Amino acid sequence: MVVALILLLVAVGSVLFHIYSPWWWTPIATNWSYIDHTISITFWITGVVFFAVIAFMAYCVFRFHHKEGRQAAYNPENKKLEWWLSVGTGIGVAAMLAPGLFVWHQFVTVPADATEIEVMGQQWQWSFRLPGKDGRMGTTNVRNISPDNPMGLNRDDPHGQDDVVIESGDLHLPIGKPVKVLLRSLDVLHNFYVPEFRAKMDMVPGMVTYFWMTPIRTGTFDVLCAELCGVAHAQMRAKVIVEEVSEYHAWLEKQQTFAELSGRNAVTKTTYKSGGK
Amino acid sequence: MVDVPYDAIADVPPAEVPEVELYHPKSWWTQYVFSQDAKVIAIQYSLTASAIGLVALVLSWLMRLQLGFPGTFSFIDAGQYLQFITMHGMIMVIYLLTALFLGGFGNYLIPLMVGARDMVFPYVNMLSYWIYLLAVVVLASTFFVPGGPTGAGWTLYPPQAVLSGTPGQDWGIVLMLVSLILFIIGFTMGGLNYVVTVLQARTRGMTLMRMPLTVWGIFTATVMALLAFPALFVASVMMLFDRLLGTSFFMPALVEMGQQVKYGGGSPILFQHLFWFFGHPEVYIVALPAFGIVSDLISTHARKNIFGYRMMVWAIVGIGALSFVVWAHHMYVSGMHPKFGFFFATTTLIIAIPTAIKVYNWVLTLWRGDIHLTVPMLFALGFIITFVNGGLTGLFLGNVVVDVPLSDTMFVVAHFHMVMGVAPIMVVLGAIYHWYPKVTGRMLNDWLGKFHFWVTFLGAYLIFFPMHYLGLQGVPRRYHDIGEAAFITPNVHTLNAFITVVALIVGFAQMVFLFNLVWSLFKGKASGGNPWRATTLEWQTPETPPGHGNWGKELPVVYRWAYDYSVPGAAQDFIPQNQPPQATRAVQGAAP
Repeated sequence: MVVALILLLVAVGSVLFHIYSPWWWTPIATNWSYIDHTISITFWITGVVFFAVIAFMAYCVFRFHHKEGRQAAYNPENKKLEWWLSVGTGIGVAAMLAPGLFVWHQFVTVPADATEIEVMGQQWQWSFRLPGKDGRMGTTNVRNISPDNPMGLNRDDPHGQDDVVIESGDLHLPIGKPVKVLLRSLDVLHNFYVPEFRAKMDMVPGMVTYFWMTPIRTGTFDVLCAELCGVAHAQMRAKVIVEEVSEYHAWLEKQQTFAELSGRNAVTKTTYKSGGK
Repeated sequence: MVDVPYDAIADVPPAEVPEVELYHPKSWWTQYVFSQDAKVIAIQYSLTASAIGLVALVLSWLMRLQLGFPGTFSFIDAGQYLQFITMHGMIMVIYLLTALFLGGFGNYLIPLMVGARDMVFPYVNMLSYWIYLLAVVVLASTFFVPGGPTGAGWTLYPPQAVLSGTPGQDWGIVLMLVSLILFIIGFTMGGLNYVVTVLQARTRGMTLMRMPLTVWGIFTATVMALLAFPALFVASVMMLFDRLLGTSFFMPALVEMGQQVKYGGGSPILFQHLFWFFGHPEVYIVALPAFGIVSDLISTHARKNIFGYRMMVWAIVGIGALSFVVWAHHMYVSGMHPKFGFFFATTTLIIAIPTAIKVYNWVLTLWRGDIHLTVPMLFALGFIITFVNGGLTGLFLGNVVVDVPLSDTMFVVAHFHMVMGVAPIMVVLGAIYHWYPKVTGRMLNDWLGKFHFWVTFLGAYLIFFPMHYLGLQGVPRRYHDIGEAAFITPNVHTLNAFITVVALIVGFAQMVFLFNLVWSLFKGKASGGNPWRATTLEWQTPETPPGHGNWGKELPVVYRWAYDYSVPGAAQDFIPQNQPPQATRAVQGAAP
């Protein structure tokens, strides 16, 4: 009858919506397809449970709808059934948790050969910093922030002199190389979010957070802020361009270092060899 | 089938404590305004919560107009949009749902369902309402102060909440925190009442395991509230100090719009831990009363005992306890130590097990029942569908690595609306249709009720189910305008517009419901004392609506559990809890 049918149609409609939905994740651009696999496993398990429970409920409404002379059964408990249902649920939960924790372990274990780069957020723009020729980034302090030192590097730290500073441009990354993205904020919470990368993490003033990834396809990707940071939260945008290694180095050679930007004439302009760090 | 351990014939022990003299109101003011009667206080809570809830509903329409048709409604700018979402969220979670379930349903139903004359601390109970009202007034006043309400999101994260880039830095955030502090004070007073009344004022024969699940749900939620709200209290006080006194509980050294500020050494993540230590139990404080109430709605309208009552009680208590060790699943991408993710993902997915048991038991109650498709039953069925949906999407977000791409997207918004908005509201509405006859002596109009149900249930499902897929695609939350991005396809805007139209239709259906509430007060069919033929004590009062003192001269005596429906061999398909064993086999007419 009608009510049972409508309830069943809600379940069927939900499954059909899922299958035919034009709204789906954007094609992935990093190594984190394991996350997508875990999402798929979860959709399967939760989808089956959802359909089974609602269909059973719709059947009950259909079969046990009040009619003249019907009497309900009287069965307060069924320990065996409840036990099996609990065990079954436990197994379903474990089937989702196990792959999830396995991938999380990978997520928090940064490969030894990952290059460190830094993304800095502030109300309401993104800045980037790359290690220079010496392969290490210099230390920073928020108290150093000033118009000629917008990223707050410590001038005493020699490692920072050759850091590449990108104040209002796009971030470029070489394809296929693991990168540990260090995240920093000057003022409030932000979050460096590129949907195609899947990985993201909040940026917290007063500490350095991180995530790591390996880009696996070239392209231009939008950066959005994913932690409410004030009135211009929705306008805090940038772009990340993943490109072939040679193009990446060509771009890198054109970027300015902290020493150049801060106008220290004593430091000679560093040059980069193609293929070098 | 296993026998339930209830003893209809056993001796009912006498009361340990003699009955206490009840206060008596002496004037119109002390009977209807400054009343100590829990029934009056319940109605006061419910009306106030509904009024501020309507404000939050209107805010949601404004938000949806902006999201569905950005650019068309230029009077809604980014700052206002953030203020709308903040006030909408805070009102709905705390000032509507918590106040309605605990202050509204708790005050009305607990004394009646346990066979007491009133709450054990009536004067404090009255105070709790007036402090709640003050908290609501303070919150509403933020719409009228310079700078307007805070736009920090209902989660109020520092440092942004107290800095100049967020709306409401002047007065909005200060008054929000003051309002929360007042609310918590009032709710501690009320909460003590609910807990102590359940523990101490049950009538003769009403053991804990004979209480209806409604009482178990509200009782457990109240215990949780007494333990969880203090975390929000201290976080609010600390943030207020940071804002007003320049302390640095949550404020690290930072640069605000190019200026170095005098803060330093504080931790924004500390606030998040405190907030979510409160915030996660809070969502179960909303959910557990709903679980309890829906169990009673299903069993009454299916004429069948709730399946697995003992497991249902243990599941409620277990969920309540476990809810205190899952909070950091709201913080997986907060920058906290990554290893915490393993622990909290595990506890979060474990809490799914007692929750799933409850779902199975609701559905197994329907199995071989005698299902009357009344409006309360329809809302209960709607609850099951939306709660299962919302609970299952929680498993995505709880599984830490899956949360990484999905957090702060519309997937989260869809999840919490479905599981905490739609599902508990289904129960609230079903409960109102169910208990309105007890409170007023009249039935709500059935046709309007069915219309209200179908539009609300199907409409809310159409709003929030597709929304998950927007989040999957990557659409972020708390954006007043998504703008241009390569991954935002044109059909995202189409879906947003569709959701907005459905939301406005669902909003219209609530106006029909409001009309029904008022119209039926004057023109509704007279209900009698027990129109649903229910077993629980509130339906067995000598008067409807219940008079002062609820029970007349003699308190009821309870001989059985709350679910003797369709007992084999009984004369009727229900046996009230206070019906003595000898009378069971006598032929009786319908309840008065």
